[in-house]
Amino acid sequence: MKRPNRLRWQAAAIATVAALGVAACSSSSSSSSSPSSGSSSAALTASAPGITSTTITIGSHQPLTGPAAPGYDEIAPASAAYFAYVNANGGVYGRKIIYKYLNDAYDPTTTASVVRQLVLQDNVYAIFNGLGTPTHLAVVSFLNSEKVPDMFVASGCECWNDPTTYPETFGWQLDYVREGKILGQYVKQHFAGKKVAYFYQDDEFGMDGVKGLEDEIPASMVVSKQSYVDTNVNIAPQVAALRASGAQVVVSFSIPAFTALLKLNSLKLGFNPQLVVSNVGSDPITLSGLLESFAKQGGATVNGNALTNGIITDDYLPSAGDTTNSWVQLFTKVHNQYDAKAPLDGNMFYGMAAAYTFVQAMLKAGRNPTRADLTSAVEGGLPQGPMIAPFAYSSSDHLGATGAFIGVIKNGVEVQQGPIQVTDTSATGAITTYTGTEQQAPASGIPSP
Amino acid sequence: MQSLPRRLGVAVVVAVIVVFLSIKLNTFRDYQIAEIAVEVTAVAGLTMLTGLSGQISLGNGAFMAIGAYTTALLLLHLSWPFIAVLVLAGAVTAAAGAIFGVAAARLRGPYLAGATLMLGVALPSIAYAYQSIFGGDQGLNVAFTTPGFLGANFPLTRWQAWVSALVALITLVLLANLSYSRIGRNWRAVRDDDVAAALDGVNVAAARILAFVVSATCAGLAGALLAIVTGLVAPGAFTITLSIALLTAAVIGGLGSLPGAVWGSLVIVLVPTYVTDVATSHGLSSSVGSNIPVAAYGAVLILVMLVFPQGIQGGLRRLLTLFTGPGPKTRTWHTAPTPPETSSADQAQASHHEKEGTS
Repeated sequence: MKRPNRLRWQAAAIATVAALGVAACSSSSSSSSSPSSGSSSAALTASAPGITSTTITIGSHQPLTGPAAPGYDEIAPASAAYFAYVNANGGVYGRKIIYKYLNDAYDPTTTASVVRQLVLQDNVYAIFNGLGTPTHLAVVSFLNSEKVPDMFVASGCECWNDPTTYPETFGWQLDYVREGKILGQYVKQHFAGKKVAYFYQDDEFGMDGVKGLEDEIPASMVVSKQSYVDTNVNIAPQVAALRASGAQVVVSFSIPAFTALLKLNSLKLGFNPQLVVSNVGSDPITLSGLLESFAKQGGATVNGNALTNGIITDDYLPSAGDTTNSWVQLFTKVHNQYDAKAPLDGNMFYGMAAAYTFVQAMLKAGRNPTRADLTSAVEGGLPQGPMIAPFAYSSSDHLGATGAFIGVIKNGVEVQQGPIQVTDTSATGAITTYTGTEQQAPASGIPSP
Repeated sequence: MQSLPRRLGVAVVVAVIVVFLSIKLNTFRDYQIAEIAVEVTAVAGLTMLTGLSGQISLGNGAFMAIGAYTTALLLLHLSWPFIAVLVLAGAVTAAAGAIFGVAAARLRGPYLAGATLMLGVALPSIAYAYQSIFGGDQGLNVAFTTPGFLGANFPLTRWQAWVSALVALITLVLLANLSYSRIGRNWRAVRDDDVAAALDGVNVAAARILAFVVSATCAGLAGALLAIVTGLVAPGAFTITLSIALLTAAVIGGLGSLPGAVWGSLVIVLVPTYVTDVATSHGLSSSVGSNIPVAAYGAVLILVMLVFPQGIQGGLRRLLTLFTGPGPKTRTWHTAPTPPETSSADQAQASHHEKEGTS
C-alpha cells in the first residue's frame, strides 16, 4: 500500500519539478497580427489562399524561446512593425498585411507542427522569413508539395537554391558560402602567416561557412576546427582545444549565444585570439547584452561593449549605427513608431529590411496575385532595396544578396572597413569590388511597384 | 471491460469516431489527431511501466528516438513497406528496452529515475556523434506518401492520422489484455511488495524487465509513427523535455490507466495550441505569449494533482460514483486493500469495478 502511493507522488513530484524547470527556460508559440479593416476596392478579389479583398495573411516560424531566441526573437516583431507601417500608409494595393508568426523554439519537430498549422488551418498565402537552417529544412518539402511560396528564408544556407526541387523556396540574406569567401579573403590578406582556427555550428550553416572559408584560406594556415551543437552550451572542451592549437585568429560561424559563450570561455582560459565572426552571430547590441547576462549568471560582471570591441565581421545591410544612411533613418522612424521597446539593432534592421523586400515582391506580383505570381515576380528579379549589393534572383538562382563589406565593431557599433565586395558561390569564383551604387530609401518608406 | 471481444468492440467504435472526425475536420486537425495518436502510443506503454510495475522512466523519449531513427533509416535506404518497418522498429526498441531493463531491474525509485534520465539525455546525442549515418542536427527526412488506391487527392495528413490511430488502438487493446493477464497481475504484485511476490513464486526480475521491454516497444512504435507524421527525424525532437512530457501525460491522465493515457495525451497536445490561440486573440506581446503555453501546461499539472490526485481518469471515476449513488468506494489505487468496514458484497463489486476501470 505504501509503496505505490509513494511512487505515485514521486512520479508526480518529478514530473512537476521537471515541467516547471522546463517552463522556466523554453516554450512554444506566439504571434502577432495587424488590424484587418480598411478600404476595399471593387477590383480586389480573393485571388489566392490567404488573400481576401482587404487582407493578405502570411505566416512564419520563429525562435521566440530556446537557444536561438536571444536576438532573433526581435526579428519578427520588427517585420510586423514594418508591415504595420505599410498598412497604415495604404497597404499593398489597399490590402492590409496580417503577419502571423509562431514560436518553434528552434526545434525542427515543432517547426513541422506550427508550419502545418499556418498552412493547413490558417491558410496563409505564403511563409515569410522562416528562421533557421535545421528548422526550415524540416518544412521545405512540405511547403513545396503544398505549393506555398516560401519567401526569404532567414538563413543563408545554400540549400534554398534548388529551383528544380524547391521551386517555391527563396533565400534572402547573404548565403554562408559567399560570406565565408568574403571573410576568408580578408583573413588571408590581413593575417598572413598567422595561425587560424575555425569554430562553427555543426550543421549546414556552419559547414557552408567553412566551405566558403576553405575556398580562400590555405589549409596550411588552419591549425584547428572545432564545432558545437546548439543544444549543448558547454563549449569549454572546444575552446580548450582552440587554445591548445595556438590559434591567433578564430573565425566563428556561430549564432549570437554561442559567439558570447566562445568569448567568455576564452576569457576564462586567458585566451585572446582575434575573433572574426559571421554576420549571423555578431550583432554588437545583441552580443553585448548576452555577454553581460551570461557573465552575470556565472557570478561575474563584464562590460559587453568592451568585450565586443575589435571583433571583425561582415554585413550585407547598412550598419544600424550609421545614422546618415537613408535606410537607417527610415527604419528608425518605423521602429520608434511601432516597436520602440529597445534601441534599433541589427536584428530589428534585418526584420524590417526583409519585410521591405516582401512588400516589394507583393507589389510586383500584381493587384490580384496568385501564389505562382509571387514566385515568378521574385524570379524576375527585385531591386536591391536596403541591401548594399544586388540580389541574385532569377529562374535558375533562388539565393538573395550577393555581396557584403567587412566591418569592425568599435564601441558597440559596426564600422565599415573597405569596399563592398561581391562574389558567387563557386570555389573558383572571383571576389570583386562592387561598383554599382546603393539604392536610397524612398521618401514614403514604401517601395514602388 | 472484461473480455477481449468487448475491448475490440470499444476499439472499433473509437476507430469509427476517428475516421469520422478526420473527414469532418480540417487537415490540420488530422495532423493533430496523428500527433495525439503518437503520444497515446508512447504514454500507454509508460503508464503500464510506472503504474503497474512500479518503475519510473525518464528515458522513454530515447526509446522513441530509437524507433524513429530505425524507421527513417529503413525507409531511406531499403524502402521497406511501412508495416514491416513498424514491426522492426518495435523489435529494435524492444531489444534496447531489454538491455536497459536488465540494469533497471536492480534499481529503485530515484536511482531508477536517475538512470533513465541519463538514457534520455545521452542517447539522442549519438545522432550528433555519427553525422554521416544519422544526419546530425538536421536529422533525416522521411518520405511517406498516401497509397495509390486512395486516389491522388486524398490528404496525406488524413492518411497519417488513420495509420497512427490504428497503431495506437491496436497497442491499447494489446496492453489492456496484457494488463489483465497473469503478466499484469505479476506486475502489480511486484509493485506492491516484491518480497511477497517472490515468495508467491513470481520472478521479480523477469517481471520488471518485461515491463521495460513492453514500455520501450510502445515508445519505439510511437517513434516510428512520429517519423512518418512529421516527415523528419532530428535529435531536437527527442530531448529530455519529451520524456518528461510523456511522464506528465501519464500522471495527468492517471497512472496505470489506459484511458488515462488518452486523456493525458489530449491535454499535452491540445492545451498548448489552444492556449496559443487564446493568447494570440488577446494580443499579448510575443515575450509573454510565447511563454504562456508552458505555464499553462504546468498549471494544468498542478491543478489535476490537487483536484484529481488519481489523474483525470481517477477524477472521472469519482464523478461517476457521485452520480451512480453510494456505490463502491473509489479506489485509491489499483490494489488498495478494501477498508475493513466494507461488506463482502461491496468487495465483490469493488473488484468488478476495478476491471471496469480501464474501459
